[in-house]
Amino acid sequence: MNLLPKLPLRELRRTPNRFVVATVVLAFLSTLLLFLGGLLDGLYLGSTGAIRSQQADVIVFSSSARDSFLRSRITPDIRAQVEGAQGVTEVGGLGFVLLGAQVPGQTELADVAVAGYELAPKGVPARALDGQGVADSRLQDQGVSKGDTILVGPAATPITITGFVDDTGYLLQGSVWVNLSTWRTVQNANRPDSAVTDGVVQALVVRGAGTHAALAGAIDAASSGATKSLTLDEAVLALPGVKQQRDTFNQIIYTTLAVVLAVVGLFFSLLTLERIGLYGVLKAIGATTKRLFIGVLLQALIIATISFIIGSGLAMAAAAALPAKVPLQLIPSRFISTFIGLLVAAILGSAISLRRVTKVEPASAIGSAS
Amino acid sequence: MTVLDMRDVRKVYRSGDADIVALDHATLQVDHGEIVALLGPSGSGKTTLLSIAGGLLTPTEGTVTVNGIDITGHDAKELTKFRRENIGFVFQAVNLVPFLNAEENLLVVDELGGGKGGKTAKGRARELLDELGLGARTRNLPAQLSGGERQRVAIGRALFNNPKLVLFDEPTSALDTKIGAQVMELIRNEMKARDTAAIIVTHDRRMTQYADRTVEIVDGRLGAEAPVAPQA
Repeated sequence: MNLLPKLPLRELRRTPNRFVVATVVLAFLSTLLLFLGGLLDGLYLGSTGAIRSQQADVIVFSSSARDSFLRSRITPDIRAQVEGAQGVTEVGGLGFVLLGAQVPGQTELADVAVAGYELAPKGVPARALDGQGVADSRLQDQGVSKGDTILVGPAATPITITGFVDDTGYLLQGSVWVNLSTWRTVQNANRPDSAVTDGVVQALVVRGAGTHAALAGAIDAASSGATKSLTLDEAVLALPGVKQQRDTFNQIIYTTLAVVLAVVGLFFSLLTLERIGLYGVLKAIGATTKRLFIGVLLQALIIATISFIIGSGLAMAAAAALPAKVPLQLIPSRFISTFIGLLVAAILGSAISLRRVTKVEPASAIGSAS
Repeated sequence: MTVLDMRDVRKVYRSGDADIVALDHATLQVDHGEIVALLGPSGSGKTTLLSIAGGLLTPTEGTVTVNGIDITGHDAKELTKFRRENIGFVFQAVNLVPFLNAEENLLVVDELGGGKGGKTAKGRARELLDELGLGARTRNLPAQLSGGERQRVAIGRALFNNPKLVLFDEPTSALDTKIGAQVMELIRNEMKARDTAAIIVTHDRRMTQYADRTVEIVDGRLGAEAPVAPQA
């Protein structure tokens, strides 16, 4: 049997007006889905780049820190215990401090996260000289250029920017990657209440052998519980607000998909109701329920696809029109997942009509004048 | 040779605790090329009889053989295939697919049979429409056709697969007398030219003159059969 019936395609082409309302509504819902997803991605990527870019197997916090960099302190003694743990091959210190920075030629302070490192994240040079660092490219939007010396925090600690690196934001602030000594200088000058002594870092970046879970277990055992080791993914979700943001946005996205399902379901239910007489005739002359339902499904999928294309255009136009500080990032995987979500909602929505299509009796065509 | 052979057919519907007998021991044979008018008032069972003859309903008792195929025990899927291949239907008002032109409405039959509306099928559709006097209307949508023209397209669709039996359900009820008479004459000519058997359900006694035989049905029982002199 020819499973791609011409009938539903011809109906779409010949009577497009019947489908306009559903297409427009679904196009707006597609835009909304992409917009919400884009905001989630923008917030997530902007908040977590500094951790995602770490070339590490686990991140080690002090056990009392409750997975927070700002609360965590690793002393040289603990570090030595970690270095001695089974499977550990490389250990580097890591520390962050969030501050405002004066940028030459700019009146507004730029938001920076001064990040001290030993083991370089992706794209960051292996070593940094004292007083120098590479900046996250998002700081370019705040007027930072290569060669600028920015003055960080209330103490105006100078850092000279030697280059840029992409996707290393920390809590929506542009990171400036410096060596640990420079980080301590910045921390102690600008945050004297949480000053760190030589050798102390906030967390450790660890590379090692074996599974991440086994490595984390070995480290925490070696430190006698003084540390809490997280995999990179766990450390990303432990960043303040990241998990909550993701859960909240995903809830809204799933709710919107449920609305898409309801729109498709309602629209095709009404359309099927209108077509009952016609379906009776078609069944009488030999159409199967399967064929008629495939027609409904095909129309739902085509409408969802057209709506997605329109919605994508609208979302991209909105993204281009928005100021750079809005953390909206439209990434290919979001388009793909949104499209799949729409198609699934269209399939489930049109499936609501299946019962009605099945119930149409071919005998209803006879003896019916309307 | 007999095209339709219904023997002792009963159709009983259950309504609450009561059984309603829609068709009571009905026996009817229709031969090749024979046109039978089935005459009866509303609720007499003529729709049920037509539905059983066309494989739209299954009988509660009795046997139904069409074109040598015993469809009595067919399930819904088998009946769908049977109808597609063996029966032509012309219904009352809801009939044509509104967004397809006259030619495409005929080609629906080809598509349902798994065809792709190729040259042969299109040629056949045009030939039929020409024959039915619709050669110039092949590209018109049903809404652009008159009632009589629409019914002629429906006749074309019913004949598309060369069925041995065509069932007409009040084919002229939505038409005025003059157009109704023209359509009936056309039906008669087409059936005779093809040696195709037909049952025409009507409650209008004037339409029986186009049939070879009239069978009356009252309260689910087939009554007197009166041969009708074929129209000159």
